[in-house]
Amino acid sequence: MALFSLQQQSLGYAGRIVLRDISLTIRAGEKIALVGPSGAGKSTLLHHLHQLQPDQIALCPQADGLVELLSAYHNIFMGGLDRVSPLAAMWNLIRPLAQARQQVAQVARQLGIEAQLWQSVDRLSGGQRQRVALGRALYRQQAIFLGDEPVSALDPLQGKLLLESVLSQHQTAVVCMHNPELTLALFDRVIAVANGGILFDRPASELSQHDFDALYQGGSMTDEHASNQPTADQGLPTSCISPAQPGFNQSNREQ
Amino acid sequence: MLPALLTRQETHSSARRLTAIIGLLWLAALVCLPWADLDIRATEPLDELARIGWGLITPGWDDPASLVQALGQTVAFALLAVAISAPLGLLAALMFHWWPVRLLAAALRSVHEIFWALIFMQIWGLSATTGLLAILVPYTGVFTKVFAETLALQNRTPEQSLPPAWRLIRWLYTRIPQALPPLLQYTRYRFECALRSSAILGFIGLPTLGFHLETAFKQGQYSEAAMLLWAFVALIASIRYWLRPKLIPVYLLIAIWLLPETIGFSNPGYLWQFISQDIWPAPLLAGDLSGTFDWYWKLLSGQAWQGLLQTLLLSQLALLLTLLIVLLVYPLATRRLVGPKIWWPGRLLLLLMRSTPEMVMAYVFLLLLGPSGLPAVLALAIHNGGLIGFLVAGKSEMEYQRQQQQPLQEPSGLLLYSYVETPRQLPALLAWLFYRWEVILRESAILGILGITTLGFYIDSAFEEIRYDRAFMLILVTALLNMLVDGVSRWLRRLAEPQAVSAGRG
Repeated sequence: MALFSLQQQSLGYAGRIVLRDISLTIRAGEKIALVGPSGAGKSTLLHHLHQLQPDQIALCPQADGLVELLSAYHNIFMGGLDRVSPLAAMWNLIRPLAQARQQVAQVARQLGIEAQLWQSVDRLSGGQRQRVALGRALYRQQAIFLGDEPVSALDPLQGKLLLESVLSQHQTAVVCMHNPELTLALFDRVIAVANGGILFDRPASELSQHDFDALYQGGSMTDEHASNQPTADQGLPTSCISPAQPGFNQSNREQ
Repeated sequence: MLPALLTRQETHSSARRLTAIIGLLWLAALVCLPWADLDIRATEPLDELARIGWGLITPGWDDPASLVQALGQTVAFALLAVAISAPLGLLAALMFHWWPVRLLAAALRSVHEIFWALIFMQIWGLSATTGLLAILVPYTGVFTKVFAETLALQNRTPEQSLPPAWRLIRWLYTRIPQALPPLLQYTRYRFECALRSSAILGFIGLPTLGFHLETAFKQGQYSEAAMLLWAFVALIASIRYWLRPKLIPVYLLIAIWLLPETIGFSNPGYLWQFISQDIWPAPLLAGDLSGTFDWYWKLLSGQAWQGLLQTLLLSQLALLLTLLIVLLVYPLATRRLVGPKIWWPGRLLLLLMRSTPEMVMAYVFLLLLGPSGLPAVLALAIHNGGLIGFLVAGKSEMEYQRQQQQPLQEPSGLLLYSYVETPRQLPALLAWLFYRWEVILRESAILGILGITTLGFYIDSAFEEIRYDRAFMLILVTALLNMLVDGVSRWLRRLAEPQAVSAGRG
C-alpha cells in the first residue's frame, strides 16, 4: 500500500524551489534513509511528507523542538496530548497523571534518561535533549516515524542502538541520515538527494561505502564541512563526536 | 524634503532621518504653540510653591491607620485587577487570530481607566465593583494585545511534533511555557501601572490614595499630601522586595478583605436602560432623523472639536518637552557620564519623576499656576521624561557593563554625551517616545477631569449634568482618536528604529 506518492512535484521553502520534478512512492513497512549533502533538500522533503498527513506521523524535527522550561516528562508527554481529555491535559501540567507517569517513565528508561525525567530540558546536554525529542516521537505511538538526523548528537554506538529500537517500534520510517555506516546497517532503502533532484533510490543491500563517497563528491562539498558538525549548535561536548566518525567526515577530509 | 527623508528607502543616512523626525516634532510644537492655552493665572505662585516645598520635606500624618488603609486599598484594587485581567488577556490572546477579539481588545484599551470608572459609576455607584472593573476592563485589552504579540514571536518547532489537540492545550504545553519569562515580566510592569491607575481613581471619589491626596491638597495640608506621595513612591520602589510569587495568594486574600464594603448593587433593569436608552440622544430614540443629525453635528462641531483640538495641541507640546527632558535627565542616571557620585541621586530623581502619577503632578501645577494647559504639559512631560530617561539610562548601563572588559578610547564629559552616548541611544529613545505618544495623548484627554479644557473636561461635565448621551459620544470620539494615534505611532516607530524595541510599551 502506498503511503506517500509524489508525481513530478517541485518542493521548496520561502519562495525558493529546492527539489525539482521529483517522483517518489513510499509504501507501508519500508524503512527509508534520506541521504545527501547539506542544503540538498532532505529536510524539505521530510517536511513535505509530514504535511501530507501530520496527524498520523510521529515527527522528530532537527531543531529538537523542546520547550525549555518544561521537564523532560512534560516534553515527552505532549506527544500523547490527543489521548487524554483537555481537562486532564491541563491538570497534568500541575500534577502529572499517574498512568501517564508510568508510561512516560518507561519510554525514558528505554532511552536512558530516566534519571533526568524531572529536570527542565534547558539543563540537559545535547545528547540528552535528542533522547527527549525521540521520546516525544515514540510517545506519539504512530505507525509512521519521520526523523531529521535524530541521533546526530549521540555517539555512533548509542545512536545505533536507539535508532534500532525506534525503527522496530514503527511500521514505516523515513529518516534523514548522515552516517553511512548506520544507514547501511539499519535501513532497507536509501534515497539520495543532491543537485535539486533524486540522485539514486536503491535498496541498501546494493550500496556500499563507495556510493556514499561518490554522492558527496558529486554534491556541493563546500558547505558540507561546516554542517557536518550537527552537534555544535546543540551544546554537546566535542568529546562525543570525536574520534572522527567514519564515513562522511572522512570523505570530506580526503577531498 | 521632509517627506522624502521620512520614507526610508530615500535616505542614505540614518542620522538625517532621525534629525528629520525631531525637526517634525519641533515644527508640530511650534504650530501648536499659539493656539494652546498656556497662561499663568495664579496670583502668587511662589508663595504656594514654598508651602508645597516645605510640606514635601516635612511629611507627616496624624492618623497612621488611615494612611495604611488608603495604601492598602490602592494596592488591593491594583492587585485584584491584574490578577483577573492577566489570565483573561491570556485567554483572549489565544483567540487573537479572530478579528472580533482583536477589535474588542482595541476598543477596551482605547478608553482610559478614569472614563471606564465614570461609566461604571453610573451603574454601580462608588463601589468596589466600579473600581475593580475600571482597571481590569482596559487592562484586559492591553494584556490581550501584548500577550498575543509575545506568543506570536515564539519558535514554532515544538508545536510541529504535537498531535492534534485544542489550541489552548497545545499552547499550554508549548508557546506559553516558551514565552513565560517575558509574559511574567510584562505582567509585573503592568502591576506597577495598575498601582498608579488605582491611586488616581481616588480623584473621582474611590477610597484610594488619590482621594486622600486631593483632600489634603484642598485643605492646604501639604505635609499630609507629601506623606502620601512619599509612601506611594516607596511602595513602587520596593515592589520587587515585597511582591514575592509565593506570597501572592496571601496578598489576594488580604486584598479581597480590604476592598471597600460597598459591593455596588444595581438592578439588571437599570443596566439595560442605561445601555439601551440613557447613552443615546433623544432624537435618535424618537426616530427623528434630521434631529439626530443636528444633535450629532452640534456636539461634534462644538465640544468634541474644542476638546479634540486642545487635547492634540497639549499632547504635541508635551511630546517635544518630554524629548527635551529625557535628553536633560538621562545622563544623571548614566554612570559612564556622571560617575558614581551623582548616579544614585540621579536614579532617585528619575524614580520620583516616573512614579508620581501625571494626575497628581498636574494637580500640584494647577494649584501653582492656575487653570490652563500649562500644568498638563508640564506634568505629562516630567512623568514621561522620567520614565523614558530611566529606560535609556538602563540600556546605556547594560552596554557599559558589557564594554567594561575592553578598554575604549572615548572622549569624556560633554563630548562623550553629545558625540557618543546620545547618538547611540537616540533610535531607542525615539522609539520609546513614540510608544509613549499614545499614552501622552490618552493622559492629556484625562487631565480634563482637573478642569483643563481637553476632551476629559467635557466628558466629566457631561457626566455631572447627567447627559449620558453626550458623555458616551465624547468617549467614543476619544477612543477613535486613541486608535488613530496608535496606528500612526506604530508607523513612526518603524521609521525611527529598524529593529523593534520591546520594552517600555504601555
